[in-house]
Amino acid sequence: MSYGFVAPYTALVIAFGVLPALYAVFLAFTDNEGGFAGIANFTKVVSDFRFLPAVAHVALYLVIWLVALVVLVSFLAVVVHAVRVRWLSRTLRFVFYLPGALAGASSVLLWLFVLDPTASPVSGLLHLLGFSSFVQVIVPANLPPVFAIIAFWTGAGGWIVIMYGALNNISPDVIEAARIDGATAVQIARRIQLPMLRKWISYMGIMSLAAGTQLFVEPQLLSQASNAIVPNDYSLNQLAYQYAFQQNDFNGAAAISLLLLVIALALSAVFVTRGGLFEKD
Amino acid sequence: MFRFTRAGRTGPWMRAISVAGASAIALTLAGCGGDDGTSAGSYGFPQVTQDDKAPITVWVDADRASAADAFKKANPDVKINVVTYDGSANGSNSFRTKVQLFDRAGSGWPDVVFSTQNNDAAWASQKSNGKQAFAAVLNGGLVQKTTLDSFTKGSLDPCTVEGKVYCLRNDLAQVALWYNKDLLDKFGYTVPTTWEEYQALGEKVAKEHPGYIVGAVGDSFASEIYFWSGKCQANGVTGPKTVTVSTGTTECKRVASMLDVLIKNGTTPNLSVFTPEFVKKYTGKVLLMPGPAWYAGAIFNNPQSLNVPAGQLGVAAPLTWQGDTPATGNVGGGTWFVSSHSKNLKAAEKFVEFVTTADDYQVNVAPGYPAYAPAAEKWLKKQESSGYYATDLQALLTAGSQIWNGWGSGVFSQEAIWAKTITPAIASGKNLVDMLPEWETAIKNQAQVNGYTVK
Repeated sequence: MSYGFVAPYTALVIAFGVLPALYAVFLAFTDNEGGFAGIANFTKVVSDFRFLPAVAHVALYLVIWLVALVVLVSFLAVVVHAVRVRWLSRTLRFVFYLPGALAGASSVLLWLFVLDPTASPVSGLLHLLGFSSFVQVIVPANLPPVFAIIAFWTGAGGWIVIMYGALNNISPDVIEAARIDGATAVQIARRIQLPMLRKWISYMGIMSLAAGTQLFVEPQLLSQASNAIVPNDYSLNQLAYQYAFQQNDFNGAAAISLLLLVIALALSAVFVTRGGLFEKD
Repeated sequence: MFRFTRAGRTGPWMRAISVAGASAIALTLAGCGGDDGTSAGSYGFPQVTQDDKAPITVWVDADRASAADAFKKANPDVKINVVTYDGSANGSNSFRTKVQLFDRAGSGWPDVVFSTQNNDAAWASQKSNGKQAFAAVLNGGLVQKTTLDSFTKGSLDPCTVEGKVYCLRNDLAQVALWYNKDLLDKFGYTVPTTWEEYQALGEKVAKEHPGYIVGAVGDSFASEIYFWSGKCQANGVTGPKTVTVSTGTTECKRVASMLDVLIKNGTTPNLSVFTPEFVKKYTGKVLLMPGPAWYAGAIFNNPQSLNVPAGQLGVAAPLTWQGDTPATGNVGGGTWFVSSHSKNLKAAEKFVEFVTTADDYQVNVAPGYPAYAPAAEKWLKKQESSGYYATDLQALLTAGSQIWNGWGSGVFSQEAIWAKTITPAIASGKNLVDMLPEWETAIKNQAQVNGYTVK
């Protein structure tokens, strides 16, 4: 019976996950005629003038976003959990979750308006920061924080709800004991709740890292909306897209996606070992 | 041939083997007139077996749907399927993307494609990964020579690669000088004829009437309005895979230093003319504006944009640099392609010839300046008789023949390079003159990754 439940998923994963990945491996090591190419595709993409800037863009974005995500989500989850008024806690969870319910691309479209000082509901804030036109908002130096803010806004709510659930899992006896021993709310959060959330936080880290290295929708839409002022080769995934569909070089595109996979795996390994994700208590 | 390539879906290896097998068979059959193979073709490219009854599939953008309608009305006996797509506009590059996927699949190509871009012939004329070039050669007998010769001189340059014509031009987008006659008269200014006079007027406007503008550099095609007109060698495409780039020339520097002055004094904002911001700030305040022919309909005579009232808009011949021969730039202008894979080349040819030359579309319906010279004359008359313009439109005719031919149509987008390198730099207050070397490097890099040899 259990195999019956797993079968549809397995079939789909093989068809749309494993096989394309293997095809990418095949493409990455062959040339456009199908002959073996060794590491030629890799040296080609790495020496491309767009490659290192794209790596830097994604890395900077990841640092800002992951740190913000881990710190703010943990903090907000603990705060919401500490709220004793039931309707307030419920409303907060709902409000946090709401932006995440918008589909990815449409929420980015929403941000196109938020970032434009002439149309933005927070235009006052943008003017206060010294921005008077859309072009000034999206100059290259501002992009990593801008993408991090968009990603946080769309993605963090779901994680807050998950963390809230994880906090519910901590036995009330433990918290009760701490309180009797005289621990304040802050001490409970620091000494009890956060350490016990460690696995959840590293889980969030891995999932977000995998999504973050694949940064694509945000810069791609901004690029189209700004008529290419945000370059269409800003992130690594975009560069792979350029290779496949601008230069008709699927092999180069596959090489970039393999490199991304390797980097994401290596970074995930850090989270897994440091976060003790697979340790049994 | 289709049959064999289709069977090769199992993977590239199988495909390679079956393609090899298919070509071997096609080769043997060619002598005996095999009915399923390709033949060398009488038009200068390999073609599939023709079927005069086969319906043709036509890709147009939303604006060109009316061209297909006009054709249907005039030719009810030709079966066409119209597919609306984005016209490859705004760097979406969807025309090329889709064709590459069809190339991989070995089937599915549309018979006729309209593109808003000028850089499609550069790739569509070339074999791609060993696959037959998508674009049919049009001057090898498919389109009558007399028809091709009637296009405005130079208008087919973006379609021409090594002497072969691969597309027909829908409209010309020659840059001329638009101006508001009422405002100029009110302020007591005269229309400049040289860029030097233009700059001097811009400096005067900044002092005497701040808030009014004489141009704009915020669009990705600013390089085509100012630098192309100035004969700056930023895009010297000399062959299918060679380009000469040199932005350090005096031609480039004179344009850059003029723009630096006008950007700094606020008469040439770094704002796209298509932004709501531009419309809000500058409606009624555009004194002069060098720009393509289609600016008339797209921004001036458009209720959604600047909405200049009738009787105010004038157009003058392109500005020249003192002591230099007249030259101007060009911003886009659509192109029509016929697929070399088409099963009904006759119908496809009939279609592209109709939409580029027939009065039913080009004179009566089309918003842009026709590239086909006989249609252009009639179009100008029709526009002049509308009573909207404050001057006649002969300046557009002049400009149409003055497009500088030293700026080519490569496969990479100059507009994208300008947008990503220069626009943010101007926004952060840098001088264009200082940005010229960086611009050159960016162009060279982009050309190189697209397989160009850069000089």
